[in-house]
Amino acid sequence: MLVEILFWSFSAVLVGAAFGVILARNPVHAVLFLVLCFFNAAVLWLLIEAEFLALVLVLVYVGAVMVLFLFVVMMLDINVEQLREGFARNAPLGALIAVIMVIELWYVLWVRQLGIELPGATAPLPEVHSNTAEIGAVLYTQYVYPFQLAAIVLLIAIIAAITLTMRRRPGQKVQDISSQVAVKAKDRVRLVDMPSEREP
Amino acid sequence: MIGLAHYLMLAGVLFAIAVAGVFINRRNVIVLLMCIELMLLAVNFNFVAFSRFLGILDGQVFVFFILTVAAAEAAIGLAILVVLFRQRRSINVEELDTMKG
Repeated sequence: MLVEILFWSFSAVLVGAAFGVILARNPVHAVLFLVLCFFNAAVLWLLIEAEFLALVLVLVYVGAVMVLFLFVVMMLDINVEQLREGFARNAPLGALIAVIMVIELWYVLWVRQLGIELPGATAPLPEVHSNTAEIGAVLYTQYVYPFQLAAIVLLIAIIAAITLTMRRRPGQKVQDISSQVAVKAKDRVRLVDMPSEREP
Repeated sequence: MIGLAHYLMLAGVLFAIAVAGVFINRRNVIVLLMCIELMLLAVNFNFVAFSRFLGILDGQVFVFFILTVAAAEAAIGLAILVVLFRQRRSINVEELDTMKG
């Protein structure tokens, strides 16, 4: 019974926050609603005992990606009113398509008429187990090459993001490290041999 | 009892809300990116639910990879957005007609 209460309450907050994301007037509020969405999704994943991914969702997604979103949204000076033009005009079309999609997706789930049984309970787990260890055991053996590819994707993303946003301003004063290191003592200090003068 | 169908229905609703968001916020690139994140969350929901209810771990590994690719996508998308804003002082989609597409 507790699980049902938790599921329905957290999914209600999740759907409400999703509406907040798409309807919020201020993009900063939209990002914060999205953070709320991810938190609720993480709790719902915890409910079906996918603990590792729930924590990764909070730590990596909320902690890194959403903070990046928040940085960018706050950095850009956006004219919200101009971007809100056509909101009311597009809303009925969006709502219509969303309703059609929900009906279609729910109809697909209503397949028990076709004789397919959907599982009603999660797969039983052993008494002592670790979700993280199980995922690690699969990830580093069976999926080791996709794992390496994921690392390469992240590397390419880093390089792309840096090269896209890097710019050279004219007239900027920067250190030239190699010429600093290559400097010799005789370039900087000049010893002058001169006769000392007699005191008057 | 909360079954697989409940989770799939919730993910379907989430995905539909995100699609509606793409239609509603057609001009604001940031909200479009957020709607894409929401869609990916709905897809991840399906993967996790199927993985746990069928007792097969591969779905959770897939979610791991989807999170990786989504993070890369968000980073590059936001970098493009910053460059765009620096050049145009605007992120309105309708003004992006340089390539006459």
